[in-house]
Amino acid sequence: MVETATPALVMPKRETPARETPIEAPALGVPVLEVSGLSKHFPVRKGVLRRTVGHVYAVDGVSFTIGAGETLGLVGESGCGKTTVGRTIMRLIEPTAGSIHLDGHDVTRLGKTEFRPYRRQLQIIFQDPFSSLNPRKRAGDIVGEPLKIHEALSRGERRERVSALFERVGLRRAQMDNFPHQFSGGQRQRIGVARALALNPKLIIGDEPVSALDVSIQAQVINLLMDLQRDMKLSYLFISHNLAVVEHISHRIAVMYLGRIVEYTDKVTLFTRPLHPYTEALLAAVPVPDPAIKRVKRVVQGDVPSPLKPPPGCRFHTRCPYAEARCRVDVPALREVERGHHVACHLR
Amino acid sequence: MSIQAATRSDSAAPATATDHVLEVEDLQTYFYTRGGLVKAVDGVSFSLARGATLAIVGESGCGKSVTALSLMRLVADPPGRIIGGAVRLEGVDLLGLDEAAMRDIRGNQISMVFQEPMTSLNPVMTIGRQIGEALILHQRMSNKAALRRAIEMLQLVGIPEPEQRAKEYPHQLSGGMRQRAMIAMALACNPKVLIADEPTSALDVTIQAQILELIAKLQRELGTAVILITHDLGVVAETAERVIVMYAGRKVEEASVGELFARPLHPYTRGLMNSIPRLALMRQEAGQQRLQEIPGIVPALSNLPQACTFAPRCAFADDKCRGQFPPYQEKRPDHWAACWHSEGIAEKANG
Repeated sequence: MVETATPALVMPKRETPARETPIEAPALGVPVLEVSGLSKHFPVRKGVLRRTVGHVYAVDGVSFTIGAGETLGLVGESGCGKTTVGRTIMRLIEPTAGSIHLDGHDVTRLGKTEFRPYRRQLQIIFQDPFSSLNPRKRAGDIVGEPLKIHEALSRGERRERVSALFERVGLRRAQMDNFPHQFSGGQRQRIGVARALALNPKLIIGDEPVSALDVSIQAQVINLLMDLQRDMKLSYLFISHNLAVVEHISHRIAVMYLGRIVEYTDKVTLFTRPLHPYTEALLAAVPVPDPAIKRVKRVVQGDVPSPLKPPPGCRFHTRCPYAEARCRVDVPALREVERGHHVACHLR
Repeated sequence: MSIQAATRSDSAAPATATDHVLEVEDLQTYFYTRGGLVKAVDGVSFSLARGATLAIVGESGCGKSVTALSLMRLVADPPGRIIGGAVRLEGVDLLGLDEAAMRDIRGNQISMVFQEPMTSLNPVMTIGRQIGEALILHQRMSNKAALRRAIEMLQLVGIPEPEQRAKEYPHQLSGGMRQRAMIAMALACNPKVLIADEPTSALDVTIQAQILELIAKLQRELGTAVILITHDLGVVAETAERVIVMYAGRKVEEASVGELFARPLHPYTRGLMNSIPRLALMRQEAGQQRLQEIPGIVPALSNLPQACTFAPRCAFADDKCRGQFPPYQEKRPDHWAACWHSEGIAEKANG
């Protein structure tokens, strides 16, 4: 990976090249994470011989970068592939195609042991604070587990580190010996955050980290994540279906639909001047918690098509109010239509 | 506002009030568990005007779903039991009916849509048959007529190819379709009251918008009164006319939707409103501020103190709050709240 001229967004080859102005992350230089052309197609097997009869096109040519101290929000509805993107970057799932660079190093094809030093730079927080913690382990041991694997510490040193982590995320030292069931949902998510922080990672992937929490608790965890970013220069890939939460926490946002990024820009632009019809539809569909604001609602019709058989051309054309003949045939490339604003639509 | 009625729910309303299709008075549903007595719903009263939409908001464990199940008399006994109060549907107290009489009313005059359409539909029964079941049972329709009506209902809720879909099973439908089918089932007998318990929480936001629009449209056409149970203040603001806020099994605030959002009087309501991030297009001010947290957690419903249940999380709490639960009072015209300090809090927030 060459340090200079790292395009923030690498286009898939078959598409028309964008203008030569990369999106600048807040911090310049080598991005912490660079994903290009990432694809994951899950084979669908059927019959006695388990023959592959088709593929689920979960992720199909996704590219983005995340700079140091930056949060990239990844939004989309269920089945759009946002979770698969997160898990592929973690190498919990092997990608079908594309590359993943961490700090400029290509980690896409590294084996388990080779990947290990990079693995500690990269942590994940899961959605469900109930199923992502081992119910038979004490909270302190859950948080200390990554330290046990990656760092040679004495038991006392480890305990010291864990208790510092507990305090950092707003839990009490005394709670280290409790079991997960003794914590509330919000506290469990704090344990998940402490575990993710244990190895001082550069990038944390949050896969719907606040979606299972009550709104009053959600705010606590969002504020915690933002404080940690400020203090520790963390980068986040924040995956969520909640646009308001994503807007609050992100610097830039990528909108996914059926395995592809359809719009990618900074958050102010996305929310004030969305260009893709799907982004428009998403924004229009969010209920506004203020009865004084009356909006004319244009509800987009229809369901999300199956990723097993994504529609040809633009994948949104089946629901798009503006769709034309070519939208049904040609795949729109993700183009940079203005500085830092990328859209995959023929009409914009 | 036509939905607000002369008789308020907390003064003992006469059973014959004509403008209210449903009146709930001092409902108490307790659960007798090994961990002790859980007062899931503790003295909740409200009334629902004909054709209106009432939202019940609150976080998990506040008792909103148990309230709904109590109205339907679907609380599992044991461990749960409705130990007091009245639920009057057009003057008839449902809590006094025997099970056979209740079965005639349930799904017929008062019906319910649940959060998770996959688990609340019967997986081994066709959609058409499931919708028709209520019609055969309650309206003594023939199988054939019931199926015909089921297909009409599917069409009404906007399912394409209704004849085909009626023959299919729940797993063949998408999440949004299943919720439409649930609504078709709930409305098949043209009930007077529809209870929707988080009807869109499991759905994607574009599908949520479709379903909410559908409920509003059917309500206009059929004149059904709706109780919408949700944790989403955005959904409340866009669909309800009147709002009840619940906390730890009790009603803490009630007002029209405009009044509640403009002047929340209970610190919990205020906290909820400040803790949700808002999209730029909904904000008055530029830039994003730090979210306001409500410290602490929702209290366990067993062993609730005599004091105000919100006091441990409230910035305004004093000894009075920690000593006694505040009375539920009309603080402004038709705006009710249970808080010792609501006037001071409202002044402070606006001034």
